[in-house]
Amino acid sequence: MTPSPLPDRLDIYLAVAALLLAIGIFGLLRRRTLIGMLISGELIFSGASLNLMAFNRFKAPDPTVGQIFVLFIMGLAAAEIAIALSIIIAVYRNYRSVKTQDLAELNG
Amino acid sequence: MIVGAIFLLCVATTVVGALIAALTARIIRSVCGLAICCIGLAGLYYFLHSPFLALMEILIYVGAVCVTIIFAVMLAEPDEPVSEENPGSTVLWGGVALLVSVAIFWGLWHLGTHQNLAAPATRLTDGSVKAIGYSLLTAYSMAFELISLALLIAIIGALAIARTGRTKP
Repeated sequence: MTPSPLPDRLDIYLAVAALLLAIGIFGLLRRRTLIGMLISGELIFSGASLNLMAFNRFKAPDPTVGQIFVLFIMGLAAAEIAIALSIIIAVYRNYRSVKTQDLAELNG
Repeated sequence: MIVGAIFLLCVATTVVGALIAALTARIIRSVCGLAICCIGLAGLYYFLHSPFLALMEILIYVGAVCVTIIFAVMLAEPDEPVSEENPGSTVLWGGVALLVSVAIFWGLWHLGTHQNLAAPATRLTDGSVKAIGYSLLTAYSMAFELISLALLIAIIGALAIARTGRTKP
């Protein structure tokens, strides 16, 4: 049995998605500003979408389902970005900073 | 042969863009890394037989999300402070992230290869844009309407939140 060509293998897509998830979690933990954390969250969204699309391509009987799911994820990510950025701008107006260490007023 | 090369290029673009997005100190470079990552991801979607999603990925992420983030970067000045933490914590967090993602990857890979999830013999639809449109307006019409409602509320909420405090000095 010859190995299938590279773009037709499920595990490569899963590995790329896992890498995106790892980089996203790492950035989310390491970043010190709100916008940096938001960008890392987008990477995690992208990893989830890639997983969905990979399984949709190779295992799903109806290939439109995964595409519609990923479209909905993109829409929700866009809504999340809009809300989060407006919150970040409001926070910056009040605190003159978006560094997470300065936003510690609720710290017990 | 050349298809494999282009595929590897897309994978490399995705991973390198994500690394740039997570590791650089300047936020504006991080946004550019996110854009590069999304372009590579669009190529991967194309290889997954979905040119429509490739187009949408570029349109929404590169065209809308990155531009919006750049506007926020220009409004707030979010440059990273000089990191004073020791490199040990960086290694620890990288280890945690790798652990989580390897666990999830192993679970999904096991699900995809070892369970009886055989590739379907026949596809119900061809997955074209036409089929997506039919599905969106028949089976998923409720979710479609709800997501438009969510986007509308997000727009109004973003306007309302970002507007408060504008008159303050």
